[in-house]
Amino acid sequence: MAGKTLYDKLWDAHVVRHNDDGTCLLYIDRHLVHEVTSPQAFEGLRLAGRKLWRVDANLATTDHNVPTTDRSHGIVDPVSRLQVETLDQNCHDYGITEFSMSDARQGIVHVIGPEQGATLPGMTVVCGDSHTSTHGAFGALAFGIGTSEVEHVLATQCLILKKAKNMRVRVEGKIPPGITAKDIVLAIIGEIGTAGGTGHAVEFAGSTIRQLSVEGRMTVCNMAIEAGARAGMIAVDDKTIKYFHGRPYAPAGELWEQAVAAWQDLRSDPEAKFDKEVTLNAADIKPQVTWGTSPEMVVPVDGVVPDPDREFDSIKREGMQRALKYMDLKPGTPMRDIMLDKIFIGSCTNSRIEDLRAAATVVKGKKIAKNIRLAMVVPGSGLVKVQAEKEGLDKIFLEAGFEWRAPGCSMCLAMNADRLEFGERCASTSNRNFEGRQGAGGRSHLVSPAMAAAAAIAGHFVDVRELH
Amino acid sequence: MEKFETLTGLVLPLDRANVDTDAIIAKQYLKSIKRTGFGPNLFDDWRYLDPGEPGMDHSQRRINPDFILNQPRYRGAQILLTRDNFGCGSSREHAPWALLDYGIRAVIAPSYADIFYNNSFKNGLLPIVLEREAVERLFRETEATPGYRLTVDLASQKVTTPSGMEFKFEIDAFRKHCLVNGLDDIGLTMQHVDEIKAYEGRRRKQAPWLFSE
Repeated sequence: MAGKTLYDKLWDAHVVRHNDDGTCLLYIDRHLVHEVTSPQAFEGLRLAGRKLWRVDANLATTDHNVPTTDRSHGIVDPVSRLQVETLDQNCHDYGITEFSMSDARQGIVHVIGPEQGATLPGMTVVCGDSHTSTHGAFGALAFGIGTSEVEHVLATQCLILKKAKNMRVRVEGKIPPGITAKDIVLAIIGEIGTAGGTGHAVEFAGSTIRQLSVEGRMTVCNMAIEAGARAGMIAVDDKTIKYFHGRPYAPAGELWEQAVAAWQDLRSDPEAKFDKEVTLNAADIKPQVTWGTSPEMVVPVDGVVPDPDREFDSIKREGMQRALKYMDLKPGTPMRDIMLDKIFIGSCTNSRIEDLRAAATVVKGKKIAKNIRLAMVVPGSGLVKVQAEKEGLDKIFLEAGFEWRAPGCSMCLAMNADRLEFGERCASTSNRNFEGRQGAGGRSHLVSPAMAAAAAIAGHFVDVRELH
Repeated sequence: MEKFETLTGLVLPLDRANVDTDAIIAKQYLKSIKRTGFGPNLFDDWRYLDPGEPGMDHSQRRINPDFILNQPRYRGAQILLTRDNFGCGSSREHAPWALLDYGIRAVIAPSYADIFYNNSFKNGLLPIVLEREAVERLFRETEATPGYRLTVDLASQKVTTPSGMEFKFEIDAFRKHCLVNGLDDIGLTMQHVDEIKAYEGRRRKQAPWLFSE
C-alpha cells in the first residue's frame, strides 16, 4: 500500500462522512474568529435561529481594526468601532472566549493561536482569514475560509470540502548567513508563482525547513496562500513539541503525554506520493525584495528591476508593465538604489519575538535615515510586546527613531489609521504588495525583518549580508 | 441564496491576470457589518480618481473614464470576463458580495484562486472556467462587438455566443445542485447531525485533549 502524506493523514482523521459527489464533511477542531469576517456569519445564525455547535472550539480576538497607538480613548473611526463592538457583543451573546482590545493577550489572530496553545498539532484549524495557513507550521491542517463557511462552522463544527491535491516543496541545505524564513518563502513564491499551489495543499519539507525555528516555519506557512495554496504545512518534530509544552491551552500531565505520542505520526510516510514536487537549494537563496504588485514579482537584493520586454508571455508582460507604472520603477534599476519613505515591521508573517530580535540586532546603536518619514514596529500580540520590552528591544527601536506600537494587523492592510499615503514607498515585512494594499496609491516592497531594519537605517534597500 | 439557472447578459471584459480581492473590494469597505451595499465600491481604486471611504456619496466622486467598467457600452453588465487566477489574495467574501451587488452573476476566466472560487458558489455567483483559447476568443468578440451578450446555461453547462458557438464548462455536481436549487449548505449538513455527534464521540476517546468541555 502506498504511504500517506501528512495532508492525507490530517484529512482522513477528520472525515465525518464521505458524500456521494466526492466531497467530504470535515470536522473542525479549532475556529479562530476576528471582527472583519464574522459579523455577517453571526447575523446569519441569528436570522436562522441557530445555535453554536461547540462553544469551546472557538476563540476570538480583535486585530484588523484596532489602533496601535494610545487605546485609552477607544477607536476614533465610528465604522471600525462598530465592527469591533459587534464582535464583543457576538462573543458575549454566544459565550465565546474573546481576547478583546484591552486584554493583555490580544493580538493578531495567527500569532495568538499558537502562542496560547489554542492551535495544536494534528488539529484542523480554520478562520475567516487567508493567512490561517500559518498554523500548518505545527503539523495541523489550517486554512482560510469565507464568511459563509464561518457561519457553517459556527453552526455545525464542520465544512463541506473536496480534498485538494498533494504538493511538496523541498528546500535542502544549510541556511546561508543573513537568510531568513521570509527570504526562503519569497524565493519559493518567485519560483512557483502566485498560482503555483492553487488546488493543492503544500507540505514544506527538506533539511532547510527542519533547521528553521518554529517561528520561521510559521512565516513560511503563512505565505502558502501567496503561492495559491489554501493550506501549507510542516511535519511535527521535537521543536514543535517543545514549543507547545506549558502553553495555556495546551494539554498538561497525562493528556500531554498522550498528545505527544499521537503527534509523532504527523509526518508524511517515506513512500508517500505527491501530485507535484518542487525542490530549491538553500545555497541559491539570497535576501529577497519584491519589486511589483504581486508577491511573485520578487528578486534578490543584489538584482535589478526586471525588464518586461524580455517577458515572452503577453499577459505576463502587460502585468509587469502595469506593476512598474504603479510602483514608479524603471527596468534595470538596482534594487539597492530604491529610496524609501516608510518602514513597517509587523503582520502575521513577521511580528513574533524572533522577528523583532532580528530587526533589533540590525538597528542597535544606529539611527533611521533622514528620508524615512515613519518607521514602525508593531508586535504581533500583547505578550510578544511584553517579552520584547523585557529584553529591552523597545528601547533599541525607540532610540533609533522607530515608533513602538500596540499589537494588531496595522499597516499590513491599513484597515486602521496606519497606512501609506498616495505615492509613498514602504519596506514591509508583511505578505501582500498588491496595489493599494497598505493604503491607496501606496507602494509596498516585501522583505524580511532584518532587511526592513537595514533599509530603515540606510534609507534604501541594502544587503543585510554585508552588515555581518 | 438566489437560484442560478440560465443567464443572458452583457459582458464586461477585464483584461488582466491575477486580479486580487484587494482590487475587487478595498479594505476600508470591509468594516461594514452587512452583506450588501458593496456594489458602488467594486474595483474602487481603478474605478474612481479620488480616494473613497465608507459612508461617502460615491455618485459624486470623480470617475476614471479609462477604466473599462466606466465605459457606457458596458453599463449593466452581468458577466465578467477576465484572465487567470482571478480573486487571488484574501478570503474576504466581500469580493463576491461586491460583484453581485454591482449586478455581476457570472465570471468567466481560465482559472481562479481557491477561496474566491469557493466563496462565489456560496452566494449564487457562478465562476466559469474556460480554456485560455476560448477566453481569448471571447475577449476579441466582446471588444469588437458593442452590446455583446453571452448566454450561460447551468443545467447543460454551456456558454453560448451570439453567433451560436458553444463552450462547455465543468462544475462539481454538488455545487451545481446547490446553485440550481438555491440551497443553503448549513441546512444540508444539519441532515447529518447524528454522524457529526458520532464522530465527536470517537474523537473524544482518541484525542481527549481537543475537548475542554
